[in-house]
Order: sequence, then C-alpha cells, then structure tokens
Amino acid sequence: MTFSWIASYWSLLLAGAAQTVLLLVISVVFGFILAIGLAFAQVSGGPVTQYLARGYCTFLRGTPLLIQLWLFYYGVGSLLPMIPGLRQSLFWPILREGFFFAAVSFTLNYAAYEAEVLRGALLAVPKGELEAGRAFGMRPFTLIRRIWLPRAIRIALPTIGSEIVMQLKATPLAFTVTVMDLYAVASKVRQDTLLVYEPLIVVTVFYLILTAIIARAFRLLEAQVPSRR
Amino acid sequence: MATEPRGILDLLSPYPPGWGGTLLVGAASTIAISAGAFLIGILLGTGGALGKLSGNRPLGLLLNVYTTAIRAIPELILIVGLYYAGMDGLNRLLAGLNLPAIEVNGFVVAVAVLGFVQGAYMTEVLRGAILAIPVGQIDAAKAFGMGPMLRFRRVILPALLPNALPGLANLWMSVTKDSALVAVVGYQELALATRLAGASTKHYFIFFLASALLYLALTLVSNIAFNLIERHVRRGQPKPA
Repeated sequence: MTFSWIASYWSLLLAGAAQTVLLLVISVVFGFILAIGLAFAQVSGGPVTQYLARGYCTFLRGTPLLIQLWLFYYGVGSLLPMIPGLRQSLFWPILREGFFFAAVSFTLNYAAYEAEVLRGALLAVPKGELEAGRAFGMRPFTLIRRIWLPRAIRIALPTIGSEIVMQLKATPLAFTVTVMDLYAVASKVRQDTLLVYEPLIVVTVFYLILTAIIARAFRLLEAQVPSRR
Repeated sequence: MATEPRGILDLLSPYPPGWGGTLLVGAASTIAISAGAFLIGILLGTGGALGKLSGNRPLGLLLNVYTTAIRAIPELILIVGLYYAGMDGLNRLLAGLNLPAIEVNGFVVAVAVLGFVQGAYMTEVLRGAILAIPVGQIDAAKAFGMGPMLRFRRVILPALLPNALPGLANLWMSVTKDSALVAVVGYQELALATRLAGASTKHYFIFFLASALLYLALTLVSNIAFNLIERHVRRGQPKPA
C-alpha cells in the first residue's frame, strides 16, 4: 500500500470531491422540488396528470440510471446541435459539458424515487388534520403549504435520508460522461500510477464519511421536531 | 457493410445491418447475469442470515462487516474494486499453487461480483424474514423432533417466504439495473451493446430509448411474476384488512 501519490494529486482530489458533492446537492435540491409536484399530481391531480406522473415514475424507476444518463448525454446530446442557433447561444458552453447532462439526469431520476416516497407520506397524513385546516377556511394552497406538505415531509424524513444516501452512491456514474468527479480522479490516478486499490480506498473512505455526515444530519433534523410515540 | 440502413425500423431490425439482434443478445446476457447473481445472492444471504442468527460472536461480527461495508460503498466502486480484486486474488491463488494464471470469463466475474453484493442485501432481508416467523412454529417443529435441515425445509422456508418476497422482489429489480454497471468494466450486456450500436450508427437516441424500453419491459414482467409468486406463497393466509 502506497499513498505517497496523494501529495501530488491533492488539489485534483479536492476538486473531484467538490464536483461529487455539487452533483449530489443539485440533484437532491431540484429533484425534491420536482418530486413535490409529481407527488401532488399523483395524490390529488386529475386523471391525465395522475397518469402522466405515474408513467414518469414507472419509467425512471424501471430503467437503470446509467441508461438514462447515456440516453441523455449521447442521445439528447447528439440531437441538440441540430436545433438552429443553439450553438451560437449563451447556453452552449453549459450544454456542451458532461456535468450539465449528469446533473439533469440525476435530478430527474432522484425526483422519480422521491415522488414515490412523498406520495406515500402525503397519503399518511391524518385526514382529520386536513379537515381541521379546511374548517379554518384555508385555501388549498395554504393547506398544502402549512399542513399537508410539512406533515408529509416529517413522516417521510427517515426515508428521505436513506434516499439521499442512495443518490450519493449513484454519483460516481457521472465519470462515464467525462465529469471529473472524485471517482474519475481516482481512475486517472490508476492510469498514471498503476495503483489499483489505493485510489479506490481513498474514494471509499470519502463516501463513508459523507454517508455518516448525512445520517447524522438527518438524526439531528428528526430530533428537531417533537413527536409522540 | 453493403447496404446502409435508413429507417428507424431498419436500424432496430434483428438481422444485420440492423442492430436489434445485438440488443436482444445483450438483453439476454443482462437477464442471465442478473439471474446468476440473484441465485448466488440467495445462497450467500441464506448462509449469512443463519450465521447472524446463530449467536456465534466472531461469525456475527464478520457478517456485520460484510453487510455494512457492501451496503455503504457505491455499487460502481464495489464492482470495479471486486472485479480487479477477484481477478488478482484468483491468479495469486493459482500462482501459489504453481498453476498458470488464467484470464477469467467476464460473465463469471460479473455474476460473482454482483452475487457477492446481492448476498449482503439478501442477508438482511432474510434475517428480518426469519425473525418475523412466530417462535411457536419453530418450537413446535423442534418438539416434533425435526432435525435442523428438515426444520428449515418444512417450517422455516415456507414461513419466511411471504415475509421475504417483497424484499427479494426489490433486490431482483435492483440487480437487473445494477447489471448495467458491468458495462463500465467492459463486459458486453445490454448497456454496452447499446453504446456500441449507437457509436457505430450515430443514432444514439433511438438505441438508448430502445434499450431503456427493454429494461422497463423486464421490470414490468418481473413485477407481474413476483405478484403471482406472492399470491402463491400467501395462499391460505388471512387477507389483510
């Protein structure tokens, strides 16, 4: 076991770790917002929106993330230059990057799983609490914002924590679309130094620490809201 | 290539120059890898669950390290790491026995690695399912003088299946999707076949969509199958209210 390479790859490893964390934060934050919409579409939407939201979740949960990522990066990516004017536009430098494609497909994928979790939680909110809100004259949107959604998130909190860890464990896939995340740095180290296990061990330790931090953060978050058991 | 395929259906035709055949072969090997890994996982998981429940301290500790490590490390890193470690370890073992090094078939490595990963998850699913069996049923079997093997086959196994099946179904779904990761270490299953088809025709979108639909079909058919199996193993049980 030799770890002397860390000295010369220090800044690269740090940049890779930042990319990994950034991917995680982007996909969790935007995915969660999208998931709220998808969950409400399934729970209280009309037949058409219900059908569309269900189909979205089934498709994204039924196919591997790797395929979705490649469908988006290679497939949609190869179609994008055909849109006239896009190449000259402001967005092109972003649209050219693998990071953009990874962030979007991780977000869409996370939203599908999270929507399922939230759907269950929305249905688990006691009916009486919603009726109480309505009896106070709350409009549907106020009811959602003040009672339905906060209660559902509280119910789903432990599951959300483990979903975020699952999403974290999916991030190394981004290296297949040229994102220089931590795993990509590790495979670069492998190519340069022919060390197989040491870079993987470093990456693994990073992921274990991050998992522990997320688990701890959620334990603290859960303790914030008093609950009757 | 004599004739260049033009329409979308020509591209997906099962006969060359269409790439449909390549995708279907890839799908078949995805199913074969998943099924093999699932079976190895069940064997490892059964052993692991019984080991954890046996009350043997060192064994329990070892199994805890196994299940915790596998479940905490990203699948891709596990697959890449185990792929190299497995090859390396086998060849070192052979060298130690004074045998020549061998190049192991990618299929075998893929099944072994994914099976090892599945085993950790299976251990937890099966352990929970065994714990959920009413103690009286096992005591009754012991009182009848059944040996451990007979008890496992006649009492524990039929009683744990209804408890374990939802978890097993989830694991099957996740192994069919995890098998796509084998493409990263270069074994040709559906995901890699799709990328090759896309790379050589430049019609990436249509091929990835087709293979996504193949995976989706596999998921939906498996769902139906698991529902039927669950109905079978739950026969005679009271329906939940």
